[in-house]
Amino acid sequence: MSRFLKKLYVVLIVIFMYAPIAVMIVQSFNQSKSRGHWTGFTLEWYISLFSDESIMAALRNTLTIALLSSLIATAISLLACLAIRQMTKNTRTVVMGITNIPMLNADIVTGISMMLLFLSMGIKFGYGSILIAHITFNIPYVILNIMPRLNSLDNSCFEAARDLGASPVYAFFHVVLPDLMPGVMSGMLMAFTMSIDDFIITHFTKGAGVDTLSTKIYTEVRKGIKPEMYALSTLIFGAILILLLLLNFTKNGSRKKNKTGTNAPSIFEIAP
Amino acid sequence: MIRTKKIRNLFATPYLSWAIIFIIVPLVMVIWYGFTDSDGALTFANIASIARPEFMKSLGLSLLLSLISTVLCLIIAYPLCMILTEKKAGKAGVVILLFILPMWMNTLLRTMAWQTILEKTGILNTFLNFIHLPSIYIINKPQAIIIGMVYNFLPYMVLPLYTALSRIDDNVINAARDLGANKFQTFLHVTLPLSIPGIISGITMVFIPALTTFVLSQMLGGNKILLIGNIIEQEFTQAYDWHLGSGLSIILMVFIIINMVVEAAFDKSDEQ
Repeated sequence: MSRFLKKLYVVLIVIFMYAPIAVMIVQSFNQSKSRGHWTGFTLEWYISLFSDESIMAALRNTLTIALLSSLIATAISLLACLAIRQMTKNTRTVVMGITNIPMLNADIVTGISMMLLFLSMGIKFGYGSILIAHITFNIPYVILNIMPRLNSLDNSCFEAARDLGASPVYAFFHVVLPDLMPGVMSGMLMAFTMSIDDFIITHFTKGAGVDTLSTKIYTEVRKGIKPEMYALSTLIFGAILILLLLLNFTKNGSRKKNKTGTNAPSIFEIAP
Repeated sequence: MIRTKKIRNLFATPYLSWAIIFIIVPLVMVIWYGFTDSDGALTFANIASIARPEFMKSLGLSLLLSLISTVLCLIIAYPLCMILTEKKAGKAGVVILLFILPMWMNTLLRTMAWQTILEKTGILNTFLNFIHLPSIYIINKPQAIIIGMVYNFLPYMVLPLYTALSRIDDNVINAARDLGANKFQTFLHVTLPLSIPGIISGITMVFIPALTTFVLSQMLGGNKILLIGNIIEQEFTQAYDWHLGSGLSIILMVFIIINMVVEAAFDKSDEQ
């Protein structure tokens, strides 16, 4: 009996989580634009989606900003982590403290503080200001993914490579970096997802001309959301579902039991 | 890995200069704007403005709603995580995957979908009327905002809680049972205390975003319910009173710092 109750509990919560998503998916096929009524099945929104220039522009911006900001953040973070490792304890504490600020701070405070900065520095609002803001809040996530990995690395492989005649740069790229890759990849992925879904910080740093998906949706809320948006979301949902399933089943092959004898799934590394 | 201080400092420079310009300076600017008025004179008026009745009301409402939502998230998530830790890792992994997937969907759209569900002639009421139950009118009321908060932030409570609970060594539980404790006693004296880091982590990741949100209250509160986040957002994007907005943000930061202190206190006692 209690087994049934437990299953029921989990199922109810999953239904709760997916109710709005189901609504969005159904609505994307709804012939009627109004949300309460179903007038017929149609694929027209999926077709008109790709010719809607403003949505496509927002999608392009969202993807490119996410990609660029996570790449640049990863590059800066990688260098930073290598340096932090060699810092004295006090300096390291201060630097890690600064690193934690964007994560602990409320998005709205980060957003307005950057807006004030751009205004007083005379930096024009637009694609660039959004990019800078995204890099700024991405860096902490990447650093926090790379640091533990770097700390647990054995220096002797690097030293051995140097002893065998490799230059520091060669040794780094061929010995250290491959070992760091899981941390680098999960950090970059986390940064990418944080960037794609961000609304509040982008809202304050974007200025009038540029939109990302999130801000585009926000401006449309007043007017009534275009059905093309629901079509786009359904497509994104499908793509992510496939991606996560693939990732999960490839990670399954290389999973090891951790120390306590439990088997916490490694999926956490890709949670946004 | 890095042998000389020179190279260490070289590597650290990109990040440190970025952090100073784009993290530290903006925060200093918020504080500066908060403590000055439009003539540049030092003043406490911005901070003191929180005492205005309408601001007090929205701060109180924000605190109330975010506290309720955080507690609800905890109450819902804890049993769920306990059930999940009992399952084998594979099955638990699937459920966790199911949880993470919605997080990848755009937050605004998912909240929008709740509008569709909770509307007067929305999906929920259509269903209730269908089974001859009266309609529920929650939309544009605080209850709708709470539902939105719990929906958006539940995964952020589940993930750290699940991590903490799954790390508890089964042997410790078994030892307690062997020594004569029943299930309830084991939970109260073994499981619960060991899960506190996860609880604190989850609370931090839910409470602050819930306290400072303005999107949820706009979309589900019909623009009539103003939370502290809405007021700050309006001061910056509509009223252009950056001093007042910054002053209110400083008040918010006080709450964030209180939260950090509480978290640090629990961390320290955990080590002892």
